[in-house]
Amino acid sequence: MDTIIGILEAMLRTAVNPATAGVVIAVIGLNIHFGFTGLLNMGQAGFMLLGAYGFAISLDQGLPFPVAILVGLLAAVLFAVLLGAPTLKLRGDYLAIVTISAAEIIRYVGRLSNLSEYTGGSQGLRGARYQEPFINLSFLSEDGRWTLPPEGLYSWLPSSMWAGETGGRILGLVVLVAAVAGAIFLIKGQRNRQKELKPGSDLPFAQRLRTGLAVSGLIFVAVIAVFYILPLTLDQTKSNGWWVRLVAWSMVGISLLVAMLLVRSPWGRLLRGIREDEDAVRSLGKNVFALKMQALIIGGAFAAIGGMVYVLPSTVQPDNMGRSMTFFIYTALLLGGAATILGPLLGTLIFYPGRILIREVADAYIPDSIMSSSQTDQFSFIVVGVVLMLLVIFRPQGILGNKRELRFNV
Amino acid sequence: MSEATTTKPGGLADPAARKALMAGVSSEPGSAKPDPILKVDTIVRSFGGMTAVNVDHLEVQRGIITSLIGPNGAGKTTFFNLITGFDKPSSAGKGGAAWSFDGRRLNKTSAASVARAGMVRTFQLTKALSRMTVMDNMLLGSQDQRGENLLIAPFRPLWAAKEREIIAKAESLLERFKLLEKRNDYAGSLSGGQRKLLEMARALMSDPKMIMLDEPMAGVNPALTQSLLGHIQSLRDEGTTVLFVEHDMHVVRHISDWVVVMAEGSVVAEGPADTVMSNPAVVDAYLGAHHDTDLGDDALLNEEVADQLAEEVAAEEADREQTESAKKEGTS
Repeated sequence: MDTIIGILEAMLRTAVNPATAGVVIAVIGLNIHFGFTGLLNMGQAGFMLLGAYGFAISLDQGLPFPVAILVGLLAAVLFAVLLGAPTLKLRGDYLAIVTISAAEIIRYVGRLSNLSEYTGGSQGLRGARYQEPFINLSFLSEDGRWTLPPEGLYSWLPSSMWAGETGGRILGLVVLVAAVAGAIFLIKGQRNRQKELKPGSDLPFAQRLRTGLAVSGLIFVAVIAVFYILPLTLDQTKSNGWWVRLVAWSMVGISLLVAMLLVRSPWGRLLRGIREDEDAVRSLGKNVFALKMQALIIGGAFAAIGGMVYVLPSTVQPDNMGRSMTFFIYTALLLGGAATILGPLLGTLIFYPGRILIREVADAYIPDSIMSSSQTDQFSFIVVGVVLMLLVIFRPQGILGNKRELRFNV
Repeated sequence: MSEATTTKPGGLADPAARKALMAGVSSEPGSAKPDPILKVDTIVRSFGGMTAVNVDHLEVQRGIITSLIGPNGAGKTTFFNLITGFDKPSSAGKGGAAWSFDGRRLNKTSAASVARAGMVRTFQLTKALSRMTVMDNMLLGSQDQRGENLLIAPFRPLWAAKEREIIAKAESLLERFKLLEKRNDYAGSLSGGQRKLLEMARALMSDPKMIMLDEPMAGVNPALTQSLLGHIQSLRDEGTTVLFVEHDMHVVRHISDWVVVMAEGSVVAEGPADTVMSNPAVVDAYLGAHHDTDLGDDALLNEEVADQLAEEVAAEEADREQTESAKKEGTS
């Protein structure tokens, strides 16, 4: 039992990690490139790395915090313009080639020993050199630890039902299952009601608002229930505590909102049109090149923010944001469902803890004589690769994707 | 629709008026028209050693249906691509290629700007945007949407009014093309003929001054051909200039007011349908001796049969509407 709890705790810690949040934001950006516009960007990690470098080096050189964020964003925008200008007029494959090599160039430049005064070379830029201003912004107490859920939430229960106790875990599990089932039930009900309506009309706003609020309430309860089963204690501020998690996941929320507003607008409709057939969109009087450039810039800016969030609690290590990161981002996107709004979040939240699950299970239950602990890590990547292949074959639309959309080959 | 802006008083809905208008025009290739909307000069496009298009001069009259015919490989589609900005002429030097639309020079204009100027085209291989709904396809066709600006897009109130307006317009167009029931279906689920209709309807969302249809009837069943022809004619009657490429001689004869014949890249003849089709050069180059003979598959040749077919279609539609309304009454 303790082993299982340990594995679940490791998964939860990965799921709430700021690095995971950073990846979610980068996946949202890639979704705008690949999912909505059909741009085959194979260098999303390069955009992340550039954002992270711009941000961290500016802070290291003593620039103010907001300026540092702007520098990171501008670097990614410039990178997008530089890559897009020669390639977006050509066929899609050219963008893929250029982005994958450009991302590698960024990484190798970051590793150059001549630049180690600024970038830290292959060792990376240590967190201590740029984290100070961010930690100072915290409104949480400087030292001290804090546990989610806070004790006030359950102190009225009998002590055997407290968070982390066996009784509490059973209680949490019941609440979790009930909340998730309730949310799914509400969403399905809403969809059925929508289907019965005459096409084109919407359900009344008040009804949609009610369902929306109820579903978000249930999701909130489910998240609390997860922490009820596995209470999480961390530093309040410091370099890797609740403060950075709060900021990181708020950024995820804002990014999801901005991406949703963008893709549900006529602008987003144009992007989908370009994904389907550029010439058709051109024949309708739209400037396809400018739109593709805008999409590349916006998606790249998301990746830059993701990169900044990724490095906030740790270091700017160029090798963390290399080719493999780009492929993780693709895996998460395809897993959740390309061209959906919540797909990037769901995909990343399944992919990262999922890999931990495979690794920890292999660690715990496969004897060392067959697989040592360093091999289990690599084993987890093999399993992830196989799962990705199965996913693309059997459920190419991902978890949230609409199967109807994929029935038609482009 | 755009009646007020493009139709002149008197209108061209009347066949006699159209005949009178074109009566004075000579049937020489490249002849001058009374009120040309499109003028083309020395436009040459060669692929390696092969010259695909070599048009010295061509004018297209405003407000009528002009059809462009010619054997396979005559350069009709390449010519379309050139004047709509999807391809660049190779005759940049030596006098230079020049063409103007509605008084505006289009030599170095991109495909998008050509469309914005009011000359919208469709494609030989239909380009329905498969993984988008029929309605989204239609909405893409509309010009001047503020919501298509990246900086305005996230703020719904700024473009919601325009969106409602164009949705209403798209609905009326879809209704006309009998696609309204499909509005929430993916365009990829439509049949080939329906895609042709959708593409034409989408092009009309921008109220074009001139619409260029590349083989609108290819692969469309005879009943639908009838209604497509009707749509093209009503477009003309509303003041839109139509230029289309078509292979089916019966269709061409049935609806065009003027016919331009291309062969091996250049314009070899033009004139009213009957005159052109009796021109021995055209018969030799393209039609063959038996172009007048009904090969048994096309009812359009015979007016009586065409009328009968139209009646049948109308009766069928009325029938369907009746059962549908009965069904609706039943459910409500």
